[in-house]
Amino acid sequence: MKEKEIELKEKKELKPTAGEGTRPGPVFIPAVDILEDPTGITMVADMPGVDGKNVDIDLKDNQLTITGRIDPVEGEKEVSLYKEFLYGDYIRQFTLSYVIDQNKITAKMEDGVLRLILPKVEKMKPQKIKVLTV
Amino acid sequence: MAIVRWQQGELSEFDRLRQEMDRLRNLFSSGQEPFLSRVYPALNLTEEGDNFLVRAELPGVKGENLDVSVVEGQLVIRGERRIEAEGKEINYHRREREAGFFRRTIGLPSKIAPNKVSASMKNGVLTITLPKSEEAKPRKIAVRST
Repeated sequence: MKEKEIELKEKKELKPTAGEGTRPGPVFIPAVDILEDPTGITMVADMPGVDGKNVDIDLKDNQLTITGRIDPVEGEKEVSLYKEFLYGDYIRQFTLSYVIDQNKITAKMEDGVLRLILPKVEKMKPQKIKVLTV
Repeated sequence: MAIVRWQQGELSEFDRLRQEMDRLRNLFSSGQEPFLSRVYPALNLTEEGDNFLVRAELPGVKGENLDVSVVEGQLVIRGERRIEAEGKEINYHRREREAGFFRRTIGLPSKIAPNKVSASMKNGVLTITLPKSEEAKPRKIAVRST
């Protein structure tokens, strides 16, 4: 079997619909994996250049907003000779269809990848109901 | 119609055209619009003093899964981006992140010292520092007056 090669995808830029950001420069939509298991939802987002301290997670009325700000990657004295991508902040929003236990949300940032665990509220977890047969 | 002689060695019409295209490219590349590469990962090249710097966004790629080498004036970046399998009993709502192998080669703009090349990863951004070789560094020549 041939080894799978990664295809290059252009970074998706977020085009502001209502008002633009206060910081200049492009804002990108990070690629995410979202997976669900019986205990909760896990989100994994690619946000290269973002440090853990610059990640903001906001959950309000089932509206989840992930924001990642980048610190300047290039030094001030660097002169660009060739450019294939731009650096920029990341924003992505989701509407959650589950009630999330806000106090138990955990987030971890490693190698530019955010891993967000959103546990479901206890009572929302599926309970197996035994069907009695007579 | 004028007949243009095919000039070998000298600048041909094609060379002139190509030079003009290069000039235009350079003009644009210093601006905001990036060039689109077709091979992963996309690269940026900058210059600072005695170094060239090549950067690539490689989120989730560990240093041990990366292989950076300099071969005859070419920089080769190879590696693998792994996405570990998640546990059982899960179902994916979205799956946008990709895993797999990558390999990218670029020609370097000027002579570099291959034994002094260094690379580092920070927050998923790879930075390769390529120091210029001694003969490629600009040398100041003192003008003596007699």
